[in-house]
Amino acid sequence: MVHVLYFAWLRERAGQAEEHLALPPGVATVGALAAWLQGRDAAGAAVFGDLAVIRAAVNQGFAAPDTPVKDGDEIAFFPPVTGG
Amino acid sequence: MITIRVQTEDFQLAAEMAALTAGRGDVGGIGCFIGVVRDNPAHPLAALSLEHYPGMTEQAMTAIATEAARRWDLVGCTLLHRVGRLPVGANIVLVLAAAPHRQAALDATGFLIDWLKTKAPFWKQEFFADGSSRWIEARAADDDAASRWQ
Repeated sequence: MVHVLYFAWLRERAGQAEEHLALPPGVATVGALAAWLQGRDAAGAAVFGDLAVIRAAVNQGFAAPDTPVKDGDEIAFFPPVTGG
Repeated sequence: MITIRVQTEDFQLAAEMAALTAGRGDVGGIGCFIGVVRDNPAHPLAALSLEHYPGMTEQAMTAIATEAARRWDLVGCTLLHRVGRLPVGANIVLVLAAAPHRQAALDATGFLIDWLKTKAPFWKQEFFADGSSRWIEARAADDDAASRWQ
């Protein structure tokens, strides 16, 4: 299982702040997981409609689309940060 | 000394400065930046709401402060960031950098706020007086400001 977190407007579109799911077969990177979630259901399509504006973190460190993911990881998806 | 905090309550500048320099005789200057909730005359704001990623936020802020300490001769620095719903005029963020000499204090302060805006997982949502709301989008100008320090 992986722990997936959503923040800001991604959380609103996902309709949930987090979920636990089994990594689908063949999904081994952040980008592959985003693409899989995009195709999973309507909420996924709404969250991941434009992958170019989505940022991610794996185990609380910023990640790129080709960052590997594995069982037990915490994977977060969010928009570009706007703090300060 | 590096102090990192994420909190809902306001901060007290004098108390934070005193904590930063307590017991130190080698501080020659303290740089300070305070970010404040700004109104939008064209679309009056009721409040700003700040969300963050607990755990990663503190790690990112610590990494930013550690990088500042690596680049400049600092006695210490303080990064405080508020979260939750904040009205117009409220403090959002406090950056303090104490150093033996002013240039390091001022430069580190600029670096810390520029990186905090672009490398720590916070998100702002505007709630307007007319009842509407929107998530603030990242600005290219902030990325440009952060990239000055590469």
